[in-house]
Amino acid sequence: MPRRDDIRSILILGSGPIVIGQACEFDYSGTQACRALRREGYRVILVNSNPATIMTDPEFADATYVEPLVPEVVESILAAERPDAILPTVGGQTGINLTMELHRRGVLERYGVELLGAGVEALQLGEDRLLFKQAMEEIGLAVPKSALAESLEEARRIVAQLGYPLIVRPSFTLGGEGGGVLYNRDELDEVVGFALKASPVHQVLLEQSVLGWKEFELEVMRDLADNAIVVCSVENVDPMGVHTGDSVTVAPQQTLSDREYQEMRNDAFEVIRRVGVATGGSNIQFAVHPKTGERVVIEMNPRVSRSSALASKATGFPIAKIAALLAVGYTLDEIPNDITGKTYAAFEPTLDYVVVKIPRWAFEKFPGAKSTLGISMKSVGEVMAIGGTFREALQKALASLELDGNLYMRELRLADPLQLRRRLTEPNWERLFAIFAALRQGWTVAEIAEATAIDPWFLREIREVVELESELSCWDVETVPGALLRRAKRGGVTDERLAALLHCNSDQVVERRKEHGIVSVFKRVDTCAAEFPALTPYMYSTYARDDESAPTDRPKILILGSGPNRIGQGIEFDYCCVHAAFALSKLGYETIMVNCNPETVSTDYDTSDRLYFEPLTLEHVLGVVEREQPLGVIVQLGGQTPLKLARGLEAAGVRILGTSPDAIDLAEDRRRFGALLREEGIRQPEHGSATSLVEARAAAEAIGYPVMVRPSYVLGGRAMVICHDDSTLVRYMSEAAEVSPGHPVLLDRFLEDAVEVDLDLLCDGRRAVVCGILQHIEEAGIHSGDSAAVLPPYSVSAANLETMREIARKLALRLGVVGLMNVQFAVHRGEVYVLEVNPRASRTVPFIAKAVGVPIVALASQLMAGKTLEEIGFTEEPAVPAVFVKAPVFPFNRFPGVDPVLGPEMKSTGEVMGWSPDFGAAFAKALLGAGVRLPNEGAAFLSVHDRDKPGLLPVARRLAELGFDLLATEGTARFLEERGLTVRTVNKIHQARPHVGDHLINGDIHLIVNTPMGRASFEDDAHIRTTALRLDIPCITTLSGATAAVEGIASQRAAAFSVGSLQSLFARADAAEAAEESDRAVPAR
Amino acid sequence: MLEDGSVYEGTIVSPGTRFGEVVFNTSMTGYQEILTDPSYRGQIVVMTQPHIGNYGTSAEIEESRRPWVEAFIAHQFTARHSGSGEASLPPYLREHGIPALHEIDTRSLVRRLRDRGALRGVVTSERSDVAGLLEEVRHSPKMEGRALVDEVTCAARHTLEPPGEAVCRLAVYDYGIKTNILRSLYARGAALEVLPARTPAAMVLDLGVDGVVLSNGPGDPEPLREIVDVVAELVASDLPVLGICLGHQLLGLALGGRTRKLKFGHHGGNQPVKDLASGLVVITSQNHGFAVDPDSLPSGVRVTEVNLNDGTVEGLAVEGRTVFSVQYHPEAAPGPHDAAPLFGRFLERVAPLRAAASR
Ligand SMILES: Nc1ncnc2c1ncn2[C@@H]1O[C@H](COP(=O)(O)OP(=O)(O)O)[C@@H](O)[C@H]1O
Ligand SMILES: Nc1ncnc2c1ncn2[C@@H]1O[C@H](COP(=O)(O)OP(=O)(O)O)[C@@H](O)[C@H]1O
Ligand SMILES: [Mg+2]
Ligand SMILES: [Mg+2]
Repeated sequence: MPRRDDIRSILILGSGPIVIGQACEFDYSGTQACRALRREGYRVILVNSNPATIMTDPEFADATYVEPLVPEVVESILAAERPDAILPTVGGQTGINLTMELHRRGVLERYGVELLGAGVEALQLGEDRLLFKQAMEEIGLAVPKSALAESLEEARRIVAQLGYPLIVRPSFTLGGEGGGVLYNRDELDEVVGFALKASPVHQVLLEQSVLGWKEFELEVMRDLADNAIVVCSVENVDPMGVHTGDSVTVAPQQTLSDREYQEMRNDAFEVIRRVGVATGGSNIQFAVHPKTGERVVIEMNPRVSRSSALASKATGFPIAKIAALLAVGYTLDEIPNDITGKTYAAFEPTLDYVVVKIPRWAFEKFPGAKSTLGISMKSVGEVMAIGGTFREALQKALASLELDGNLYMRELRLADPLQLRRRLTEPNWERLFAIFAALRQGWTVAEIAEATAIDPWFLREIREVVELESELSCWDVETVPGALLRRAKRGGVTDERLAALLHCNSDQVVERRKEHGIVSVFKRVDTCAAEFPALTPYMYSTYARDDESAPTDRPKILILGSGPNRIGQGIEFDYCCVHAAFALSKLGYETIMVNCNPETVSTDYDTSDRLYFEPLTLEHVLGVVEREQPLGVIVQLGGQTPLKLARGLEAAGVRILGTSPDAIDLAEDRRRFGALLREEGIRQPEHGSATSLVEARAAAEAIGYPVMVRPSYVLGGRAMVICHDDSTLVRYMSEAAEVSPGHPVLLDRFLEDAVEVDLDLLCDGRRAVVCGILQHIEEAGIHSGDSAAVLPPYSVSAANLETMREIARKLALRLGVVGLMNVQFAVHRGEVYVLEVNPRASRTVPFIAKAVGVPIVALASQLMAGKTLEEIGFTEEPAVPAVFVKAPVFPFNRFPGVDPVLGPEMKSTGEVMGWSPDFGAAFAKALLGAGVRLPNEGAAFLSVHDRDKPGLLPVARRLAELGFDLLATEGTARFLEERGLTVRTVNKIHQARPHVGDHLINGDIHLIVNTPMGRASFEDDAHIRTTALRLDIPCITTLSGATAAVEGIASQRAAAFSVGSLQSLFARADAAEAAEESDRAVPAR
Repeated sequence: MLEDGSVYEGTIVSPGTRFGEVVFNTSMTGYQEILTDPSYRGQIVVMTQPHIGNYGTSAEIEESRRPWVEAFIAHQFTARHSGSGEASLPPYLREHGIPALHEIDTRSLVRRLRDRGALRGVVTSERSDVAGLLEEVRHSPKMEGRALVDEVTCAARHTLEPPGEAVCRLAVYDYGIKTNILRSLYARGAALEVLPARTPAAMVLDLGVDGVVLSNGPGDPEPLREIVDVVAELVASDLPVLGICLGHQLLGLALGGRTRKLKFGHHGGNQPVKDLASGLVVITSQNHGFAVDPDSLPSGVRVTEVNLNDGTVEGLAVEGRTVFSVQYHPEAAPGPHDAAPLFGRFLERVAPLRAAASR
């Protein structure tokens, strides 16, 4: 069927900020959908609050709304744009929920918009577990039995029918919060009670457990003509009970026979037909009993998903793009397969390699969080690796993870025999390492299979690796036989690991294997196991006979990606890499991408000319470089990951484009950088380092409290602490830090009440031009990534801003930066301090680029390719056409019980942008986008540290003026009352009841301002914050945040939010500029 | 070693020396069905899926009485299986004397076959005289012109009676039939007279069957002139006929068409077939190296289905008759079950005839 002509414009819903369970895979799918639909000539209107996405770049849609994904805002957009249809299936659960809400409110009907892909009924069946189960039973498919309970008595009755263990899922909680597994009668009251409490509607679903069954996912596509295909099967190595997003997974499935697999495939088609997904992709999950083969359906997601992104990367079949085309009426047999050029999308990819995905978690960021895995997802990112065999892919995936320190040290730590069993039986993020450890200790595969319920096939593959390694360790680098070395490389053993086993360094390993002619080759991912020639160069390395990379002799540039998403390094960096690929390709270079994150746009085979899906380690990157011989490598766009490789690449004779590795080192090495600042007379917080407690105390005395302490060996603000006095320092030194002469701790004077500022600039080595300056709303001490921020700055003096510009320019030139540089400043008592310099693209680059409408990374890429700022016409700091506020989003709801308080260690997973002509509205919109709805009225609860009391006064006054009732704890209340405000005193939690916790639960409080009050009332504070989080009550933990929030409330009360597309904003800005110019051109009369 | 002189060294999993035409199969599951598919007689099979043997072997998934492939090649055989199987694959291969080789660059081999077309080759664990082997490979029979049906067909006629009353009675020619064809018909209530390949048409007519099924099988259809004549007689007899794979090619020849060798054939479980009448696409299981030439077909014979990838003929029908055939394998095993309704469609047309006849 040809494309539909009865629709002209389509609204696409994005998935908003990056959160656990919903990461940049939706930028990948959304970008594909936008591109595909625009190419078909439709007018594409996009709504997504996440500025760090590629899809929100103005060139990907006709109208791009970086606005909160909430019904009322989308309704305004519908009113303004009047699209014919909405594509709700590429924006994750957010897109679906929003669509359902629009439907419930009658908005879809009111504006006469059609849903493409999946209709309301299909979306509902995908969302409502009970309806879904009924539908499955109707078509004769088995599902775990379940029932809803609204009280403990009901739960007991259900348990009597279904038996233990039971999966408990509270209704309507975020990310499955409050759910769990109920194993026995004793736990019933507690587990079900907790879940009932967690559910806003006091309802839980109790479901028969299939813990320990094998878990599978099928990615299915269907078109309007009812053709259906399975794009990919995925097997979870971790059995049922560990969320698929937290499981190590393999594609294609490995342990089902043809008959078992085909039956599952048949079921999948029945499911998609029954649920009624008319066109597009769906993810269907199954559990299979390991012994009997009995199969049940777990769930179906009627949309593209994390798994479909993985499946697309694993097979080369672009699910989201095809889904978009199917949605507008094409059938599978009409859509060409880009990779072969000869065949069509109506077929099923076949793989002649193995794909392994390993999630990446961030438990170290959330002390106190349970590090066990369960039915609610906790990982923040993932890596994928492709290998000739499972063992090779697994090892490549482990190398891609970039975990701190040595993997084998990690194993050793887990090897304690007393703990090992628990680490195997209780799913946890280090279980894979525990399996290695157990095998090394002589556990049998059967024993481990018994403990973990992992299929022995996988365990035997791991055992092969362990045996190979123990064989290797009998040799040294001189004597190791070539055949063994070859087997090692085929088995995926890295050079680094070989070096450890053969008692030498990696260089010697490389030398030795090259003597034996053992080098990696590159194979193509082609959807068809080589049945047809592949046109797209999408490659992975392996150790085999033939290389099919077929490098060209065009001038080419290699771009290193940013690896797995993690807190502190996420989608922003992928955005940068993708832009570089586009820009360099425009300049006529062949672009080559190396990355291992399957969620990203950068690993779409469409993004760069050539794609290597490889770990970002020196070994694998050099493998690509040796094959491709690029002009140079770009390391400054992928965050810290490629930056860490710069030195090694240079040493291997590779040219680094842009800022030199030495300059990078100069900026990154705190000692060298400190000296440079001193030399240049630039102010920095006094600092020192120490290798013992005595030295630390001395250094702290010299610097003066409070001090900020951190170990020198970790990156990304990890394990950073602010010590207000000697006793906290002593505690830190004894508990937290692993200090040794090789690993000093670093101490800085903590700048109190300082305003933090981020500045990004472009430099060509001779000239530096500022791109934008972002003022943080929270004070220094809250990690820059966790702080809300505003562009342009709203309360930093013009003189200070000028000083910052000067310092930044001076540093850029001094370092010889070519490309991007970021500086973090703090303004403390009117003086400007430099906190740090990042000689690379920073997290703020996409945000600034979007706000000022300048393709900053494209410009940086041109500079790295040798152009000057003059040549590319970027010589002036761009004007900012409105107020843009960035608000972070936190994953606290995934870590029940963790205190959601902010500090110098980054905890947010993503961010949104809110913009408006005035600050208040921009701030309120940003918060709304981040999921925080500021109340227009009601009661505000205030409880702040003594220090903050004076600052609280104006906030409290303003709230009172706006008609809020004020509630406060004793001290704060007294302070405010003395100054003439009417305040109701409420009890603290450790005082009598009813206390503040009761008020929160009873819904008496609508806004909380609570700044941390130190150890003494720590528990109270934490309790308030966690309760607020659970109940979704806005809770502001800094005074500056509170000030901004009050402004936001004032402006949202004054008028409904206005919405606008980026395109119209910049058209207006351009027009204004043009007008100004023509004004000037008019001769004065 | 291949006839073009290229040599792939790997590790032997099952010893022996065997010659044959080397073909690749892209199915990700179903290795045991492939091994025991008689259509692979005379062929050395390379699997593209890297791990083969993961779930072991079991008696109940055999597609015939024994494995037929000449030799078996994979990237990595699994020494010890898990999952549903009864025994592991390597001992199974050794027991049946099928040489097997692994730890070679199978993708390289496949690309060679794709580019040059299916090649003759040898797998050996014993010999290292490259020149002598190459000579022998080059003298080994080509698949074109090879009649292999007699090596795989059943020795004698046998009957399968379904429980209860049969919906119809079919003569099933065993040219190397896969058990799942029998299962598929039987499960739908048909009584089956399974006949050796050379059974004369007269005998079928004597049996008083309601229809005829021509099975899959190995080799080139062209040299099977006698069989083609039998098929022509059967078609002329007014009986309904269903042809599958080789049976489809034989029907094509009997109707006056020609067949030709494909470069490397279709061997896998992901071949899209488009029904020209409905426009729908089904994903099918396929295993063939020859195809019916559409231009050779006389009027009155319609191409009903084509391969979406390369346009080759996937289905034929004689207008106005219940005589049709498909190049793919509706019985799957291994592969997707999407085309299985075809059996039902055939039986639906045959059964009323029977009812009418008995009235
Ligand atoms: N009945 C069950 N018994 C055991 N584990 C289950 C059961 N249902 C789900 N799980 C586990 O919980 C995970 C999440 O459940 P799922 O229904 O897929 O929800 P989500 O929408 O979060 O993906 C699954 O991946 C699976 O491992
Ligand atoms: N001397 C200081 N005084 C106050 N706050 C600081 C100081 N140094 C760092 N910070 C705070 O800690 C955060 C993280 O420190 P930074 O050096 O930028 O580490 P990272 O490498 O994680 O970005 C900063 O964003 C800032 O808020
Ligand atoms: Mg799920
Ligand atoms: Mg920083």
